[in-house]
Amino acid sequence: MNPFSSGTRLRDMIRAIRACKTAAEERAVVRKECAAIRASINENDQEYRHRNLAKLMFIHMLGYPTHFGQMECLKLIASAGFPEKRIGYLGLMLLLDERQEVLMLVTNSLKQDLNHTNQYIVGLALCALGNICSAEMARDLAPEVERLLQFRDPNIRKKAALCSIRIIKKVPDLAENFINPAAALLKEKHHGVLITGVQLCTDLCKVSSEALEHFRKKCTEVLVKTLKDVANSPYAPEYDVGGITDPFLHIRLLRFLRVLGQGDADASDSMNDILAQVATKTESNKNAGNAILYECVETIMSIEDNGGLRVLAINILGRFLANRDNNIRYVALNMLMKAISVDAQAVQRHRATILECVKDSDASIRKRALELVYLLINESNVKPLTKELIDYLEVSDQEFKGDLTAKICSIVEKFSPEKIWYIDQMLKVLSEAGNFVKDEVCHALIVVISNAPDLHGYTVRALYKAFQASSEQESLVRVAVWCIGEYGDMLVKNVGMLDVEDPITVTESDAVDVAEITIKRHTSDLTTKAMALIALLKLSSRFPSCSERIRDIIVQQKGSLVLELQQRSLEFNSILEKHRNIRSALVERMPVLDEATFSGRRAGSVPTTLSPSTMASVKVPNGVVKSAAAPLVDLLDLTSDDAPAPSSSSGDFLNDILGVDLSPASAHSGASQAAKNGTDVLMDILSLGTPPAQSSSSTPDIFSLSQNQKSPVASLDGLSTSSPVSARAASSQAASSIIDLLDGLGPSPPAPENNGPAYPSVVAFESSSLRVMFDFLKSPGNPQITVIKATFTNLSSNVYADFVFQAAVPKFLQLHLDPASGNTLPANSSGTVTQTLRVTNSQHGKLIRSMVKMFWRKAKSTTSHVNCEDDRFFWKD
Amino acid sequence: MIHFVLLISRQGKVRLTKWYSPYSQKERTKVIREISGLMLHRGPKLCNFVEWGGLKVVYKRYASLYFCMCIDPEDNELETLEVIHHFVEILDRYFGSVCELDLIFNFHKAYYILDELVIAGEIQESSKKTVARLISAQDSLVEAAKEEASSISNIIAQATK
Repeated sequence: MNPFSSGTRLRDMIRAIRACKTAAEERAVVRKECAAIRASINENDQEYRHRNLAKLMFIHMLGYPTHFGQMECLKLIASAGFPEKRIGYLGLMLLLDERQEVLMLVTNSLKQDLNHTNQYIVGLALCALGNICSAEMARDLAPEVERLLQFRDPNIRKKAALCSIRIIKKVPDLAENFINPAAALLKEKHHGVLITGVQLCTDLCKVSSEALEHFRKKCTEVLVKTLKDVANSPYAPEYDVGGITDPFLHIRLLRFLRVLGQGDADASDSMNDILAQVATKTESNKNAGNAILYECVETIMSIEDNGGLRVLAINILGRFLANRDNNIRYVALNMLMKAISVDAQAVQRHRATILECVKDSDASIRKRALELVYLLINESNVKPLTKELIDYLEVSDQEFKGDLTAKICSIVEKFSPEKIWYIDQMLKVLSEAGNFVKDEVCHALIVVISNAPDLHGYTVRALYKAFQASSEQESLVRVAVWCIGEYGDMLVKNVGMLDVEDPITVTESDAVDVAEITIKRHTSDLTTKAMALIALLKLSSRFPSCSERIRDIIVQQKGSLVLELQQRSLEFNSILEKHRNIRSALVERMPVLDEATFSGRRAGSVPTTLSPSTMASVKVPNGVVKSAAAPLVDLLDLTSDDAPAPSSSSGDFLNDILGVDLSPASAHSGASQAAKNGTDVLMDILSLGTPPAQSSSSTPDIFSLSQNQKSPVASLDGLSTSSPVSARAASSQAASSIIDLLDGLGPSPPAPENNGPAYPSVVAFESSSLRVMFDFLKSPGNPQITVIKATFTNLSSNVYADFVFQAAVPKFLQLHLDPASGNTLPANSSGTVTQTLRVTNSQHGKLIRSMVKMFWRKAKSTTSHVNCEDDRFFWKD
Repeated sequence: MIHFVLLISRQGKVRLTKWYSPYSQKERTKVIREISGLMLHRGPKLCNFVEWGGLKVVYKRYASLYFCMCIDPEDNELETLEVIHHFVEILDRYFGSVCELDLIFNFHKAYYILDELVIAGEIQESSKKTVARLISAQDSLVEAAKEEASSISNIIAQATK
């Protein structure tokens, strides 16, 4: 060792690092070492490059950054000596991964080393290539590797075979080049070459069906013979593991036979005998033997049917399941999952044992067993199995409860024979592990309850009792509060008693207590509190005697720090104080929730959950939606200091109640509404990418002019301010029928409703090529719904083919588009197309505004389209 | 296939990591943290398999060291245990009753042995004797090179005296 060299030896550095008492000390040592290594790298010090890299690898293992050493690896690899190359390749595999650009620089060195005369250097290069090669490198170096598959030394052949696996995984097109050399490896005697050769062939079959066919025809016999030889071989100390000769080779052969036998009766037939022999003769007292049996069972299950063998396999699994070794039981459960599709009856026989495994102390086994039980359940055994699982829920570990609860809920939902059983089981789950129950499961339960009118009383009483026992379970509380709000009167009056029930005495104030406790508990989350608030509003009309107390509770929430609760409490208070006459109609029992709609919505829950984010993201660039709406709200809302008028429709309560998970309430309800409408159109139009400013500058002047001129109600200009938006808003005020419940102008009685005919038709759009007329119709009983008949006329001399009209509305509206009467517009106003739009305005009295997009194809020309976005389509209902 | 091999001490210190699937440095740190958390907290009598992120981690404890290999869910877990044991036996023969300290100070040797045993996530040799022979052949190549180098430097040193 050079006495003048700076820096420490590798061994000394490791000692120094190990001697560190604290993390800070360790960092200091590492920093010092790294600085020394960097300095040495800068000096291009060749003598210590080898040692520096070894140190860097150790530092890397401790988790410190070592990227500055990457080039050193390349330099070492490029040097001539074996020791340098050895450490260089090791560093390369450790410090770099295939995604780093630097790696490309090593391709040339690799190529040289693959052709090196020293076979150990060839081995190093093959190993590095097999571990980290990228697709480009695979393409460049595949010919070398292919050649090395026929190298004279078996140790190089085996490395080349594994390297080929990496290459064909990275570039499957290269597979065909490897088929013949790989098949040649199967005839070898050297175990290393055989193992790697079989593995290469198995992987070739995965990427190339041509390879599969080839091996199936040419190699099945050879493989069966090889397996027979290995299975019957006398004691061979070199390959012996626990009395079995080379289990690794056994397993690889079995796996390859599985691939060949799958879907091919002849191949399967030829391997039956040897599989039977392996399955019966292999010793199962050691892990190695069991590993072979396990692989053999899987092969038997996968190849084409042979009844006798399958019985044998299932019996082995039964033995495994009864084993005391946890590892063996784990793999047995794993394999039974696959066996279920082959022979469900045989697996059912082990049901009791499997159920015991669900209760095992080992989390891995429990998880497997639970998955398996889930697959085993059918209509006939659902009751006893669910009972077992629910009983176990009480004593299970906290971390397992989540999985278990989800599975039980899913089972109960899927197989429930009757509603009362479903409700009973769900109540048990909710009381036991309510905090683990997912929101959508609660929604499903509420839908079921709502659809079982004869069980309303029973359910609400059961929930009341459950609430008393375990009020800390969030989901239970939500369902209980909802039901008490809806069916509180049934709770108090013991309506709809079933034979199985004991009568209970609950006073009206007891029922109110439930909601009060919930709303005042600190641990309740926002949604639960909001549900309790609504329940209170509902109870106020069900229990007139408690009305004052309820009002007090609601008023207390005025001081809530959460805007949602504060606002609701103000609104509800206003309902209670000023609108007694309509209160009872307002808080009537929810209409029965439609199960089909709900399940449809659940099925489509993926896009629904996605939509809030997309909505939010498009809302920003399309700011018009918000900014334009604001002055309109102000114009209408006379008490402008109040928050925007809340919805008063029962339809929206439904949304609130069902949308339990709408913690960011506004965004989500918007999304769910959009989803309900099926107005993907909205998304389409919003995400068009045309900046609204641009489109509005293109045509608006003509258009607004035409509207102002043609609109027969444009005479109320006196009210108009300088802003054209409000001018138009005011202009169409003629047919006002405002029922603004919450505007604080209490005494004003609701205006009488106008029926239908008072709405004149409007030219919604007109250009030189197209005219759109809107005719309005109001259904007398339902002021919120406006039916618009749109009539499209083609003013140009070309026929419009594939005419499509799309419309989108802000989220306080719901839009339903009926199919159009046709999609072809004849030229020169010689015919029209009509389409009906139904708009439901949840904030009745607010201006309806919409965005419209139309496109069509002129004869043989490209698609034209008109976008009428932002403030152009307003009218008032 | 084997996605990676980890050797982690009972204190959670990493003694060896080998990656056969691409993981960035950041992911590697995260993986090591997650897996040591899972593995070190399991009791002694439980099974040697842990499901982790769609893959399976097969681990076995030898004295103070956990050997762990992450495999595909359809791979043979029992066989992976044998592979681990195979590796340990080879280490044991090479170091002569291996202990954690051997692996700390001669970590590169452990890597060389692993490279003779596994490439591209697949096992390459089932004979312990062959692996030992290959390793010692390469070690002697290194020794020979070293001797040559020192003799040359001696010559140079003498010549410049």
